[in-house]
Amino acid sequence: MATTMITTLDRSSRAAARGLSDISIRNLFIIPTVLFLIVFNIFPLIYSLGYSFTDFRASTNAPANFVGLQNYRDLLNDPYVWSNFAITAKYVIVSVVGQLLVGFGVAMLLNRDIPLKGLITTLLLLPMMLSMAVVGLFWKLLYDPSWGVINYALGLGNFEWLADPKMALYAVALTDIWMWSPFVMLLSLAGLSAVPKHLYEAAAIDRAGPFYTFFRITLPLVAPILMIAVIFRTMEAFKTFDLAYILTSQPTAELISIRLYKMAFQEWQTGRSCAMAYIVLIMVLAITNIYVKYLNKVKER
Amino acid sequence: MRKLVTSMLAGIGLTLACGTSVYAQEKSLTIFWAEWDPANYLQELGNEYEKETGVKITVETTPWSDFQTKAFTEFNAHGDAYDLVVGDSQWLGAGSTGGHYVDLTDFFKKHDLGNVMAPATVKYYAEYPGNSGKYWAIPLEGDAVGWSYRKDWFEDPKEKEAFKAKYGYDLDVPKDFKALRDIAEFFHRPDQKRYGIAIYTDNSYDAMAMGFENALFSYGGELGDYTTYKVDGHINSDKAVAALDAYKELYKFTPPGWAKSFFVEDNQAITENLAAMSMNFFAFFPSLINEASNPNAKNTGFFANPPGPNGDQFAALGGQGISVISYSKKQDEAMKFLEWFIKDETQKKWAALGGYTCSQAVLKSPEFQNATPYNKAFYETMFKVKDFWAVPEYAELLQQLNQRIYPYMIGGSGTAKETLDALAGDWNATFKKYGRVQ
Repeated sequence: MATTMITTLDRSSRAAARGLSDISIRNLFIIPTVLFLIVFNIFPLIYSLGYSFTDFRASTNAPANFVGLQNYRDLLNDPYVWSNFAITAKYVIVSVVGQLLVGFGVAMLLNRDIPLKGLITTLLLLPMMLSMAVVGLFWKLLYDPSWGVINYALGLGNFEWLADPKMALYAVALTDIWMWSPFVMLLSLAGLSAVPKHLYEAAAIDRAGPFYTFFRITLPLVAPILMIAVIFRTMEAFKTFDLAYILTSQPTAELISIRLYKMAFQEWQTGRSCAMAYIVLIMVLAITNIYVKYLNKVKER
Repeated sequence: MRKLVTSMLAGIGLTLACGTSVYAQEKSLTIFWAEWDPANYLQELGNEYEKETGVKITVETTPWSDFQTKAFTEFNAHGDAYDLVVGDSQWLGAGSTGGHYVDLTDFFKKHDLGNVMAPATVKYYAEYPGNSGKYWAIPLEGDAVGWSYRKDWFEDPKEKEAFKAKYGYDLDVPKDFKALRDIAEFFHRPDQKRYGIAIYTDNSYDAMAMGFENALFSYGGELGDYTTYKVDGHINSDKAVAALDAYKELYKFTPPGWAKSFFVEDNQAITENLAAMSMNFFAFFPSLINEASNPNAKNTGFFANPPGPNGDQFAALGGQGISVISYSKKQDEAMKFLEWFIKDETQKKWAALGGYTCSQAVLKSPEFQNATPYNKAFYETMFKVKDFWAVPEYAELLQQLNQRIYPYMIGGSGTAKETLDALAGDWNATFKKYGRVQ
């Protein structure tokens, strides 16, 4: 095991010949990044926290008035905002569980010796590489009741995927599942191929059934990496904007990010939207924290 | 290494030198507008201006969906990327009180534009606050919501006969909202993949509001009192309730999946043989008489928004005025362009290129009215239009309208009265928040 974290500079290297020390090279790499983070991430973050306590509107010249916790109070008392949160929660659960089932299932199927495995895996990864906006536009056409391929293929007639208030959110989630299951599949494949073969051999000698093998060997060993996939996908699903914005304008599918966008850039309620962004940030942080705690527990086993 | 650095520096220097010399030689103006055909016509008009004066006009565009966002992001940052903007009528409040637009009152009075341009366009595209005598824009593109219809379906003798038998009067261009509804019902035949009517339902910006306003104003209803900001008793009056019910009734006869439709979908309804009648802004009609974009071009007719049950006839206003941006460094140059733009012969050219002029003289001329199948309907409409609120917080009011009306229209929850009562409450609270009502 290495005891030092920093590799010392080779004395004969060109950098050393130019008189650069370890510390100056380290600074050269780190300082720009830190500056970048401060200017573009940390500073706006703190600045917007200040705005969230004011009635500031970026579209007018009126000075910002300090209103205390008014914005937070109003938002947390707004039934529309609560319904946006409920919709987002439903969307996150449906879409992440769906991706997990499909992605892990496909990974199980692919985790064996089949011809053209590499090619199939690559092709399956394609949806993930498209832009969200493009996927949204394509699926809008696919879902179209008059000329969409989906209704034609499934023989659903004029079923209105996106115009039906009850169905719209699931239609968006379905598109998200299509797009991001490959991501879960990729991570699962990595996890599955890392499971030592001798464990399966031992299980076979002990005449363990397929279910027993799956639940006692495969799943526990892949779980940490699956948890990482879940964390990523939950955070992403929570932030979903483009896909839902393009596909439907149903109020029953108005995710929290869409509401935030409307508040900030259509209505120009800058102060209030900053407060809203903070509420969302705190929620995402809380959820991620729970996951990370759980992930650590899984790893300890 | 040193060679590389030297050549790079030389390259940067050269680029800078070229860049500055271009600025020094040429005068230019940048106009910001949304991405649609009229913007291309304006670019052509700008090319004429360049030929006459040597000042280069560039019309920069962005899709409608982020036009408002992009324009205001630039304004809020006090950017000088654009010298002029062709802004939506609802922006006047935010543009003027926010200090983004240059006050054009003197210019307006000097050229007597109040009488040169059609009165409605002056009132809604230029003046803010209402009746204040302060002007912030020059009416540029007149627009309102009108209707297109399938002449061949309407004129089919068999259809005419069947219609007469069912409804007791002749099938013709609808004379009122009741006829509009009857015709929509008559042509609604889902088994033949033919539907009655295409209306606006998109709730992401102002589409839904424009569609509803067409019914509301013709039914004699009002959004509220534009001077006192009183909304209770206006937006939830019996007339307004009847208008909302009438608009919801039309939704029954739309093609399937018609829950997020705006100008693109409504023109598709005609080009793809989906609907007998379709609501749209006049600005989108040129593509309907073009055979390249509409296979049914020869069979497409147009009519103005019909009157309601009491004979009131109005339409929702679209359209834009052109404003000088106060952060522009070329305001003098911009004013010169506006002086050229309001000349009669420029307005004639503008109309000939496909722009919807607001100049009374041109609008009233027979050559304008006979130039296209829809110009006459446009002329008639432009003298009876009404618009949405133009206060700086209009976007909040719009969002509240969408939030209340959409679930009722599309989802069928609640009643029209409940919906509009709730909307009156929302609007009143918003006006209270901004100190417009006690």
